[in-house]
Amino acid sequence: MRGATHAPWAACAVALALVVTACGGGSGGGGSGDAGAVLSASWGDPQNPLEPANTNEVQGGKVLDMIFRGLKRYDPETGEAQDMLAESIETADSQNFTVTVKDGWTFSNGEKVTAKSFVDAWNYGASLRNNQRNAYFFGYIEGYDKTHPEEGEQSADTLSGLRVTGERTFTVKLTQKFSTFPDTLGYAAFAPLPRAFFDDHDAWVAKPVGNGPYAVDTYAKGSQISLRKWDGYPGDDKARNGGVDLKVYTDNNTAYTDLLAGNLDLVDDVPASQLKNVRNDLGDRYLNVPAGIIQTLAFPYYDEKWNRTGSEKVRKGLSMAINRKQITETLFVKTRTPATDWTSPVLGEDGGFREGLCGDACAYKPDEAKKLIREGGGLPGGKVTLTYNADTGSHKDWVDAVCNSINNALGDERACAGNPVGTFADFRNQITQQKMSGPFRAGWQMDYPLIQNFLQPLYYTDASSNDGKWSNKNFDEFVDRANQESDTAKAVGLFQQAEEVVRDNMAAIPLWYQNGSAGWSERLSDVELNPFSVPVYDQIKVS
Amino acid sequence: MPEQHFDPDRAVAGTGMGGTMDLGVDEAETLERAPGGPEGPGPREKPRSLWSDAWHDLRRNPVFVVSALVILFLVVISLWPSLITSGSPLQCDLAKAQEGSQPGHPFGFNGQGCDVYTRTVYGARTSVAVGVLATLGVAVLGSVLGALAGFFGGVGDSVLSRITDVFFAIPVVLGGLVLLSVITSNTVWPVIGFIVLLGWPQLSRIARGSVITAKQNDYVQAARALGASNSRLVLRHIAPNAIAPVIVVATIALGTYISLEATLSYLGVGLKPPSVSWGIDISAASPYVRNAPHALLWPSGALAVTVLAFIMLGDAVRDALDPKLR
Amino acid sequence: MGRYVVRRLLQMIPVFVGATLLIFLMVNVMGDPIAGLCGERRCDPATAARLEKEFGLDKPVWQQYLTYMGNVFTGDFGTAFNGQEVTELMATAFPVTIRLTVIAILFEVVVGIVLGVVTGLRRGRPVDTGVLLLTLVVISVPTFVTGLLLQLLLGVKWGWIRPSVSSEAPFDELILPGLVLASVSLAYVTRLTRTSIAENRRSDYVRTAVAKGLPRRRVITRHLLRTSLIPVVTFIGADIGFLMGGAIVTERIFNIHGVGYQIYQGILRQNTQTVVGFVTVLVLVFLVANLVVDLLYAVLDPRIRYA
Repeated sequence: MRGATHAPWAACAVALALVVTACGGGSGGGGSGDAGAVLSASWGDPQNPLEPANTNEVQGGKVLDMIFRGLKRYDPETGEAQDMLAESIETADSQNFTVTVKDGWTFSNGEKVTAKSFVDAWNYGASLRNNQRNAYFFGYIEGYDKTHPEEGEQSADTLSGLRVTGERTFTVKLTQKFSTFPDTLGYAAFAPLPRAFFDDHDAWVAKPVGNGPYAVDTYAKGSQISLRKWDGYPGDDKARNGGVDLKVYTDNNTAYTDLLAGNLDLVDDVPASQLKNVRNDLGDRYLNVPAGIIQTLAFPYYDEKWNRTGSEKVRKGLSMAINRKQITETLFVKTRTPATDWTSPVLGEDGGFREGLCGDACAYKPDEAKKLIREGGGLPGGKVTLTYNADTGSHKDWVDAVCNSINNALGDERACAGNPVGTFADFRNQITQQKMSGPFRAGWQMDYPLIQNFLQPLYYTDASSNDGKWSNKNFDEFVDRANQESDTAKAVGLFQQAEEVVRDNMAAIPLWYQNGSAGWSERLSDVELNPFSVPVYDQIKVS
Repeated sequence: MPEQHFDPDRAVAGTGMGGTMDLGVDEAETLERAPGGPEGPGPREKPRSLWSDAWHDLRRNPVFVVSALVILFLVVISLWPSLITSGSPLQCDLAKAQEGSQPGHPFGFNGQGCDVYTRTVYGARTSVAVGVLATLGVAVLGSVLGALAGFFGGVGDSVLSRITDVFFAIPVVLGGLVLLSVITSNTVWPVIGFIVLLGWPQLSRIARGSVITAKQNDYVQAARALGASNSRLVLRHIAPNAIAPVIVVATIALGTYISLEATLSYLGVGLKPPSVSWGIDISAASPYVRNAPHALLWPSGALAVTVLAFIMLGDAVRDALDPKLR
Repeated sequence: MGRYVVRRLLQMIPVFVGATLLIFLMVNVMGDPIAGLCGERRCDPATAARLEKEFGLDKPVWQQYLTYMGNVFTGDFGTAFNGQEVTELMATAFPVTIRLTVIAILFEVVVGIVLGVVTGLRRGRPVDTGVLLLTLVVISVPTFVTGLLLQLLLGVKWGWIRPSVSSEAPFDELILPGLVLASVSLAYVTRLTRTSIAENRRSDYVRTAVAKGLPRRRVITRHLLRTSLIPVVTFIGADIGFLMGGAIVTERIFNIHGVGYQIYQGILRQNTQTVVGFVTVLVLVFLVANLVVDLLYAVLDPRIRYA
């Protein structure tokens, strides 16, 4: 019986293995790289026009990272914010900043990058009239409530907190102390914009012009953007290749197959289903490194069932019923790392990442989990559903695995079940309308590598991404104090204390840190991913 | 008698032998279907109706018997899956994910470490229910409306045809997300209802086309001239001649409906987890086909056998209803 | 005949209005599309309100519909959320999809009918059984798997084709996607033809034709096939729209930025303008295809007449 049932699919597996082994071959030889050669890479259609303050997802972010340089830039390796166009950013009180822009920078159309390029860009981004999705990044700057009121018409077009004081200097006044403000300036939303952006906006959107190492050559919306090395780029991080063609793929599986067939040079999102084959298919032309992304399960605190005394024990119990190690190893083939705190390893120890902060509460302890849930009054209604959106990111697999883990730990096959929602928009709708009745998927990709970015937007009372409406006075106090602290190490310490409050209440269950992954053809070398899981295109060598 | 293959030479030669030649029909086939076998009711004192005639034929057709037995088996395990499996389809251990066949687990494990055999057995209930009931609904609704439109023509036909045009245009995904998302019941009924709602126009067009052709036939005109009522015309003369394409489309559609349930479930508007069905398991196993083809093979195989059984059944029924064969 | 066509063309107007209204309402019922636009965070209320106003979502549905239809008649199909004109999207998506559909239909017509005739004349023989098994495979193995395996085999291992279709999508690159897209329909067409052939080969006019001593080829193509084609033509007529609008999986795995993909994306992002625009065009395609099918009935079977 055994042999008989084994045979057909074993043969099939062999056939497939043949397919895989045939993927090697091709032109050998690493070499020093041809500075003029162009590489092709996978891309997704950006959801919004490619304006810096309007791009809030990674696909548009890829392009902005290539065609723009801001005051600061996050080191592709360490994630540390370093001066780029900023000659200096000075402050005496963590509230008033004086920015001096370096001399000699121009946009690729020849316009000079001045203080005004920044101030105009920021004013544009903060103005309600322009519908910029990232407007809230300017929320700390004085006058934001006028240019972007909560409701009604704006009463000012420019931020009163921004003043151009010279060709290369401007001042920024914040509404409150925010010691790490300069470090947030590496985010794309703070990029400078040329006059061309304002003078002929449609033309600019059709073919964006920036000040980065690449310039847009052609842009066919929905299918491809061709970026070419800008020879006049004044920075040190000049492109080491002739350019990049970003091709829109309808499915990351297709991009991967195209890579195997030699039609594509770089894939920066290896599909989950191919992770097991990737070593076989690509050998060491594959990269899997931590990125500033953490996946959690958030809870609806507006629902009494999850916000009564003892609930934190139930949440902790659920957390301990999840076998993170097994799921990350089996399902994600180590492209996720079990989370032991609420930030990300890319922050580094100094930046506030603290391994093991979660302690036992994030370890797989089925017996204790069962006990804790019982002590906490049991699962509301005897069961729990994990809500996720079905249209993107194949969440079904891990949600099912988490539920199976919980069910096995609790010894109840029907304790936990997934609850797919058809579209991301509907999923977000249910969240904003506070319709969740149980834990739901929450993913956080950092905007900038600061511990503040992992905590404040997610857990501060009424913060922009506090989807579960968790609220805790102690937490808020620690965050406020941390933001006012001018000493970075002390500020980080305060943020960690805030994080401990999150832990003690198990405000959200941390699941795993997400890695970025990339696979590439034999033509390429020196492929790296930055902490935002975006390939560092300008460093790639093409042979 | 040797088999008569139809080839041009013989066709030309055949003309010399008179007009009896049939286009490649096996003599054996014809003989088998000859009415009144040894156990038959003998000479027809009272002409049986076409439908009872068909039933009489069917019972003797081995193809029919075998496919009916397969379907019976599917129905039985749908109702009582525990007859042939002792496990639970929800018992999954990720440590065994994608493992192959082993003692006690003949089909191996799927990507979540659930036993593929148990899940295939338990998946029958949902999949057979959705496939059979949705197909029945579509076939009945579609062929009745289509037959009426084709038979009467005129304004009714125009209205119905234009309604089908509109229905055709609704994307399945959109329809599913809109119509099914408001329903909270976690049974197969909303899914079946939805499939019937979106599926009937296709069959109605097929039935309409068939009826339009069939009603031109001489015997229909003759029956009409003899004063046969409309219902008699449709049921006795047109339906048996128009039903073949409907059967063909319905039996193939049965398989696609089983897959459609999975699409809807995937979107979160079909059956809510932890439901078990072939379609759900097939779509879950599809991306991993390079690593664990067995997790795809078994539920797909079950689906194939089901479709095969219904196609054979449909074929047998069609043959039995074909008056030209007797 | 002429009057019949005119009447049918006039009927398109109410169907057009009805279909657009229905789709418009359905996309609206799905809820607030703005929520999905701000990524993993809540849109701030002011921006959300601005966006709603810009897309006209703050007005009552009937007013939105009238505005939309008014614009459509001036050739303005609105703007997708990413700032692209819907007409621009159509101009890139429809040509590709039409090419893909043409190939799929060709497969259905040529391969499907030939296989149908062969199996219909050779019922129960090995060729019939073989085609039946293929049919079962096509029905029970998802397009995704067939497509993926063919890509790996033909595109990666043997290097015969490009696994993905380039943005120009010429005919030769669309042959494999067209076959994959047509596969399930092929099963229908083959079995419909087979059954019709099997049924009609005993009919009087075929017997007569044989008796007259006509060559076999002529009997099959002129007499047997012609009337057998009516259900097949009906099926293909209805299938054109499905092939164009429902090629979601095929278009995804072969990287074809066609109509099915755009509609699917539009639905997921609840982009009324995109969905209604594309579906409206599809409705017109359905109407024309079904009109052609009805006219073909009369060609295939001379007994059928239209007044």
